[in-house]
Amino acid sequence: MNGTAPPTLEVRNLRTHFFTRAGVVKAVDDVSFSVPRGKVLGLVGESGSGKSVTGFSVMGLVDPPGRVVSGEILFQGRDLTKLSEEEMRDLRGNRIAMIFQDPMMTLNPVLRIDTQMIETVLAHARVSREEARQRARDALGMVGIPSPEERLQSYPHQFSGGMRQRVAIAIALLHRPELIIADEPTTALDVTIQGQILAEVQKLSATTGTALIWITHDLSVVAGLADEIAVMYAGRIVEHGTVAEVLDRPLHPYTVGLIGSVPSRNRRGEPLRQIPGMTPSLLNLPPGCPFRARCPRAAEDCREEPPMREVVPGRDVRCFRPHLEAAEEATA
Amino acid sequence: MSSATLDRPQPQAAPDAAPPMVELRGVSRRFEKKLDFAGKLARRLGAPVREEVVHAVDGVDLAIRRGEVVGLVGESGCGKSTLGRMVAGILPPTAGTILRDGRDVATLPPAEAREIKLRTQMIFQDPYASLNPRMRVADIVGEAPLVHGIVARSEFDAYVDEQLRRAGLDPAFKRRYPHQFSGGQRQRIGIARALAVKPDFLVCDEAVAALDVSIQAQILNLFMALRRELDLTYLFISHDLGVVEHLSDRVVIMYLGRVLEEAPAEEVFRRPNHPYTQSLLASVPRIEARKRAFSVVQGEIPSPLNPPSGCHFHPRCPHAMERCKAERPRLREIAPGHRSACHLNDAAAGTA
Ligand SMILES: Nc1ncnc2c1ncn2[C@@H]1O[C@H](COP(=O)(O)OP(=O)(O)OP(=O)(O)O)[C@@H](O)[C@H]1O
Ligand SMILES: Nc1ncnc2c1ncn2[C@@H]1O[C@H](COP(=O)(O)OP(=O)(O)O)[C@@H](O)[C@H]1O
Ligand code: SF4
Ligand code: SF4
Ligand SMILES: [Mg+2]
Ligand SMILES: [Mg+2]
Repeated sequence: MNGTAPPTLEVRNLRTHFFTRAGVVKAVDDVSFSVPRGKVLGLVGESGSGKSVTGFSVMGLVDPPGRVVSGEILFQGRDLTKLSEEEMRDLRGNRIAMIFQDPMMTLNPVLRIDTQMIETVLAHARVSREEARQRARDALGMVGIPSPEERLQSYPHQFSGGMRQRVAIAIALLHRPELIIADEPTTALDVTIQGQILAEVQKLSATTGTALIWITHDLSVVAGLADEIAVMYAGRIVEHGTVAEVLDRPLHPYTVGLIGSVPSRNRRGEPLRQIPGMTPSLLNLPPGCPFRARCPRAAEDCREEPPMREVVPGRDVRCFRPHLEAAEEATA
Repeated sequence: MSSATLDRPQPQAAPDAAPPMVELRGVSRRFEKKLDFAGKLARRLGAPVREEVVHAVDGVDLAIRRGEVVGLVGESGCGKSTLGRMVAGILPPTAGTILRDGRDVATLPPAEAREIKLRTQMIFQDPYASLNPRMRVADIVGEAPLVHGIVARSEFDAYVDEQLRRAGLDPAFKRRYPHQFSGGQRQRIGIARALAVKPDFLVCDEAVAALDVSIQAQILNLFMALRRELDLTYLFISHDLGVVEHLSDRVVIMYLGRVLEEAPAEEVFRRPNHPYTQSLLASVPRIEARKRAFSVVQGEIPSPLNPPSGCHFHPRCPHAMERCKAERPRLREIAPGHRSACHLNDAAAGTA
């Protein structure tokens, strides 16, 4: 364990639901995880599994008809769900920052980059404009933008998609936040550009001690980036462990299926191991294990909801019949 | 076979075999970006403003043999979709020749041109955008076969059911509209519609890019099963190298409108020759990787409006030499069936 310091973020039994006219969408349903200082948690799952809503909940950005129904979000020991909107605003962009898939969620299209960045600095720090400008320049340099001084004078539309995302990351870094939540920030980018950004981010979390949550649907991205992986399905974390544990010895049938369907895990030209069926709608989800309609191991007792439990020391899985054979093989 | 350098893509089969199913000879496509109002005004006032020209596809030679799956890979804006649309016959080239079964498609009589067009079907990334939201699934799938006389009115229902079943959809859903389906199901509708006119060639443009991993695997398996069942030939466009490696017999790598490398799939992934292909492969995140430094290709993808001189890749290439800035490297055979466009290959052969 890592001594006495509390993890940068600890989420306990978080439930975030949307109360829509058609019914209740339990987008996040009893989610717990923690991220220590300087570590990277990969939050992985397919679309609609609740990854973004988890991120928005931590940021205090869930809008009606949605709300955090229960649970605790402890940031350096302080429960964010108990803070006022004003206190939250003070933390956001300052000590906790979010990077979105679309950088234009962060950037203002009609303002020059320097204006936006300087204003962000001045919002939370009492420094001179010149000092703020210097910080902006440093942040651009840190994410690998060449000739930052020139770039400061450009508008967002004068950048490529990859450059825009770097600027958004630079803005997230301005106050050296203790926690960054990155919601699929490289999904829309080309692989060479994605590689550049992943390399920069990796350097940053290692050197600044920032805790990082990297949200993605792509297991391959977090394989090389993260320390731990949490796999989400239908609003729940179904499996959690170190990268090596989860990817080399997956225990949950969904994780097993997900890894199996990655093309590089299959022999060239042979049918991919596929998961049948599709993800259930979270609207009025029936009780029981939400994976059971697609699960090759499903049995009668799966009509009950499986609790998250430690099935092997240090391995939390939400399943009545995890792939323990694999874990035993590996330890044998 | 002699190892003489081939400038044209020759079918690798016996020399007297049938012509390739599709052959591109020096095919280019330019787009002119018209001046906007401010630009026109500036020009009228004497400013040296010109209409911008994009060479979306620039002198591509390519042959696709019957029964093959050719993967087309490259980064955003490199011209994959433009090339795919020309191959599918829905966009004319601005230069060069496209041959179908050895015949120039530009000079075919109208009836034959129509037939060729029908035999080549395209499948897109966003099935929703390509499906008419006001049509029921049965009509989306059955309309073209009916219009083209492939099926009689009396057999319409049975025919549609068969198409849906083959694409993995329950025919019971055929009265529904596209919005009532998930992304994966909509892609199946798109596939059923394409196959209903009995094509022998499919151009798939990022056909699984919008799908979740588990659904993507289902659709890829469907493509592979259909290939065997119906003897299909594919041009499979994707930015996802993992998908392309899994599916393709041969892989073509594009960069800024040009083909840089082309080889059997295993060869490209095991022995990439072109520095760009090498960097591309090194950038792909791998599920086998563990906490490692990501390898990085320098620089941005240049604008196709103003591509670098000589070898388009030279500003990002770790091996760039003086010559690379001045001279466009020719795509030439470096091993049987393996072509690459890089000056380093001349140096290696000592023929510079
Ligand atoms: N109708 C058009 N008018 C003007 N320019 C065009 C047109 N269609 C494509 N282009 C340009 O041609 C180039 C190649 O575009 P294309 O769509 O073929 O790229 P692509 O490789 O399919 O990219 P992506 O991976 O993003 O789909 C781009 O610079 C694009 O902006
Ligand atoms: N504003 C909203 N109103 C109702 N449902 C919502 C809203 N936002 C998200 N959801 C639902 O919450 C679930 C999780 O969504 P999300 O966190 O965005 O998924 P992911 O990021 O994993 O793709 C989905 O079922 C989605 O439809
Ligand atoms: S609880 Fe049952 S249905 Fe759910 S994943 Fe485990 S075995 Fe499958
Ligand atoms: S021709 Fe020159 S610049 Fe281009 S890939 Fe080869 S070595 Fe690099
Ligand atoms: Mg999301
Ligand atoms: Mg395209």
